[in-house]
Amino acid sequence: MGMEGIGARVARKEDKRFLTGKGRYTDDMVVAGMKFAYFVRSPHAHAKITGIDAAAAKAMPGVIDVLDGRQLQADGIGNLICGWMIHSKDGSPMKMGAWRPLAVDTVRYVGDAVAIVVADSAAEARDAAEAVIVDYDELPAVTTSLAALGDGAPQIHPEAPGNLIFDWQIGDALAADKAIAEAAHVTEIEILNNRLSPNPMEPRATLGIYDSAEDHFTCYTTSQNPHVARLVMSAFYNVAPENKLRVIAPDVGGGFGSKIYIYPEEIVCLWASKKTGVPVKWTSDRTEAFLTDAHGRDHVSKVKMAFDKDHRITALKVDTIANLGAYMSLFSSAVPTYLYATLLSGQYAIPAIHANVRTVYTNTVPVDAYRGAGRPEATYLLERTMETAARELGLSPAELRRKNFIRSFPYQTPVIMTYDAGDYEASLNAAMQAADWDGFAARRAEAERRGKKRGIGMSCYIEACGIAPSQAVGSLGAGVGLWESAEVRVNAVGTIEVLTGSHSHGQGHETTFAQLVADRLGVPISSVNIVHGDTDKVQMGMGTYGSRSGAVGMSAIVKALDKVEMKAKKIAAHLMEADESDIVIENGELKVAGTDKVLPWFQVALAAYTAHNLPAGMEPGLKESAFYDPSNFTFPAGCYIAEVEIDPETGKTEIVQFVAADDFGNIINPLIVEGQVHGGLAQGIGQALLEEVRYDEATGQILTASYMDYAMPRADDLPSFTLSHQNTPCPGNPLGIKGCGEAGAIGSPPALINAITDAIGIKYLTMPATPLKVWTALQGAAMPMAAE
Amino acid sequence: MYATSYHRASSVGEAVNLRASHDEGRYVSGGMTLIATMKQRLAAPSDLIDLRHIADLRGISVEGRSVRIGAATPHADVAGSAALRTVCPALCHLAGLIGDPHVRNMGTIGGSVANNDPAADYPSAVLALNATVVTDRREIAADDFFLGMFDTALEEAEMITAFRFEAPEKAGYAKFPNPASRYAITGVFVAKTAGGARVAVTGAGSSGVFRVPEMEAALLSSWAPESVANVSVDPAQLMSDLHATAEYRANLVRVMAKRAVQASL
Repeated sequence: MGMEGIGARVARKEDKRFLTGKGRYTDDMVVAGMKFAYFVRSPHAHAKITGIDAAAAKAMPGVIDVLDGRQLQADGIGNLICGWMIHSKDGSPMKMGAWRPLAVDTVRYVGDAVAIVVADSAAEARDAAEAVIVDYDELPAVTTSLAALGDGAPQIHPEAPGNLIFDWQIGDALAADKAIAEAAHVTEIEILNNRLSPNPMEPRATLGIYDSAEDHFTCYTTSQNPHVARLVMSAFYNVAPENKLRVIAPDVGGGFGSKIYIYPEEIVCLWASKKTGVPVKWTSDRTEAFLTDAHGRDHVSKVKMAFDKDHRITALKVDTIANLGAYMSLFSSAVPTYLYATLLSGQYAIPAIHANVRTVYTNTVPVDAYRGAGRPEATYLLERTMETAARELGLSPAELRRKNFIRSFPYQTPVIMTYDAGDYEASLNAAMQAADWDGFAARRAEAERRGKKRGIGMSCYIEACGIAPSQAVGSLGAGVGLWESAEVRVNAVGTIEVLTGSHSHGQGHETTFAQLVADRLGVPISSVNIVHGDTDKVQMGMGTYGSRSGAVGMSAIVKALDKVEMKAKKIAAHLMEADESDIVIENGELKVAGTDKVLPWFQVALAAYTAHNLPAGMEPGLKESAFYDPSNFTFPAGCYIAEVEIDPETGKTEIVQFVAADDFGNIINPLIVEGQVHGGLAQGIGQALLEEVRYDEATGQILTASYMDYAMPRADDLPSFTLSHQNTPCPGNPLGIKGCGEAGAIGSPPALINAITDAIGIKYLTMPATPLKVWTALQGAAMPMAAE
Repeated sequence: MYATSYHRASSVGEAVNLRASHDEGRYVSGGMTLIATMKQRLAAPSDLIDLRHIADLRGISVEGRSVRIGAATPHADVAGSAALRTVCPALCHLAGLIGDPHVRNMGTIGGSVANNDPAADYPSAVLALNATVVTDRREIAADDFFLGMFDTALEEAEMITAFRFEAPEKAGYAKFPNPASRYAITGVFVAKTAGGARVAVTGAGSSGVFRVPEMEAALLSSWAPESVANVSVDPAQLMSDLHATAEYRANLVRVMAKRAVQASL
């Protein structure tokens, strides 16, 4: 592998600039004549707009203009779209209400954008925004999915009667019902998945620049997928044709899904730049981030799991209601359907599965993919159910899982997925050994003597990463393909630029992608630059989400490198008068195998560009590109174990150990993979113990719009993690890799809730398991225990 | 934040004069609440008169059992004071629990007490230690100082200059932090003073910091954790919010009181 090749623990190349404050983020961009925007937003969860009076605001110091939704509409700017068509089980298409970038007649959540103020400074823009008089007729609001489906609920979009967007199903209902009717045991449980705010460290920002001489737009933005942003803004929003729109996502400080989507602000700032004749920059503050960044999760589910007399699962039946908020965000329809219900088989052989999913409009922030996107919801549901079933059946949680593991591959689940490789028991065994599972009883007894309640819980997760192939997702309703592109440019002196359609916003592409090149060509990673995030540099790409950059993005680079190597070998064979098949590439040199003939890499590159002596008919230059469309998803899996101690006097949970055993296939850089797992675990632990977006149900006001009330995990909330890796290489891509970005957030919440419910002896406990909730549960649990 | 004028006062007299000449001005002594509130445009003082750089307002002196803490002394100085630690380590412990290192180096005891946030830590110590609040014009007993949430006996433009108290025989502080803000959901400061046992609770009361006479009586007869462990507090006088119900807070008052006494031993 070499010191810097695949498998090496190389420190991140990009950290120097990040850690010394030299990163270049969207808000750092300064262009001549740049002005600042502030958005006038709805203070109401649901209201009719009866008038907008901007006269006073326009007269304020520094104000260039105030623009509203009617002007935007008059200029032909289109509705925001949802890019994945889902059909209800009756065959009807999903009922999508119009989402205007600036609301025209109706506002549907607190924070809905109504107008934009452009001024000389951000402070003046904000001052003037306060002077814009918007007349509202307030309407009743609804914030929960159950209430939105109820009789007499406020109607949010005329297109979706009863607020129902679609009523979708997957699997075989008859087979599941039959198995449940004939079961030896049925476990029933209700599962709530809490609503989360993604909170990337860098808030969203955008800079729209219109060049009237060229009739050309440039959009700097905090995006995980600038090419998709350009495609959508050109094709659907009528901002500008693709050749007249350049989208640049420079350094981006975290996304977690929330920066996949094209938000109103990008579109409006571009349009406002043309309208006002000045570049327009907008940077969200943290309150706006809570009010407008797409939220995650918010599912309510009912579950039945059937077992035969030998404790084998015979059926799973799930009824889920997903809250999509006030508008359908870009991939909001795919998350609770094809990214969720297709994972409901988990690691288990389940002959019959049926899931019904209803999605609902409410007067809340739009909900879309957030780290894991559907797969955490599936894993939480399944692993809480498995743990509950084990307790009901009197089996150890490990034993019940072992009895039901899928053990031969490929395995076709009843819900579309074909698992290609895995060894679930290997991760289970590794995790149990690392956690000293067998020693738990003694640790619990010792904790009891200290007045603490100790519990242990596990979770066996599977996820599907690198969503693909394009033809299959197209047949399921996706509006885009899910391949990736790469271009490898060898410079005349042998240094290399790799252009990728992936986007790095914390994942470390600049290091891992360079390691791949180092591994193949034997050049140092310092001679390899990774170029991404600019539609003028990289021709096309699908961006980074769903743990796809390694499995899909790097596979595209492999294909381009294959072509580069082939041409380099041809040149070397020609120069050294050898047969092409005898050329090998080692340690930065091209050698004729079995001889002492050798050419340094840079000489071959130089020969390609001087073109003085190339094989007959060969084009000069050394630059190749490739597109890679995978044949299948990849299926990382693993086992997580949480051990907790509860202080019964306060209800506070302390995580005393957390073990993660993951199978990510082959690993490019263990240091980066461990960092991804640590970050994922922190977010999963945040969901399980701390984080929840809360609304006032009567008014639709968000109650957790700052860190005073929204509890983000801090370092002292987290234990030191014990990690291990098992490896069943993915057979579907040339590197045998699976993806690691989301596993931590997917696998950890059920392990924690299973541990806490084990500690305090109750079945139901909703996330986040705050001290208040655990203490309250303990007060209830005290009665039956006293009666025993 | 709206535009504001900043003044750095170098003496108490200068600060008082500046404040007197700006009707819409405010003292700032760390600004850990005020600046955040201004950034959210919920407060808009025309002028800020900064007290943190007035030398007379800073520092901790301990003479025998008599303690004086200047109002502009940052939390970090209180937390780290070796002299204070020898006579009242509970107060050092409390200061070390406030916010994070940034807050502890900016925020001051005077700023915190004058603001009287119902979830701030210091008011419980000032009340339990029976401290005297010294201002630019008078001295106010702790029992007369705290009037309710964000409300104190300070008059318009009156400035705290120092706190004085006699070091207690024993004292302890126990805090249950809000998981989000890390303010006290409930914090209890107990002190065995020359005048008797005093128990002050912050974070829980619907009218801000308050004393618990039943616990004080129990501790007077026996200074032991068990004395307060079963003294109940009426939830009707406690706050209820997203993070804690009144019933939960009532429980925490008992538990934190017990732990505070334990810590004092």
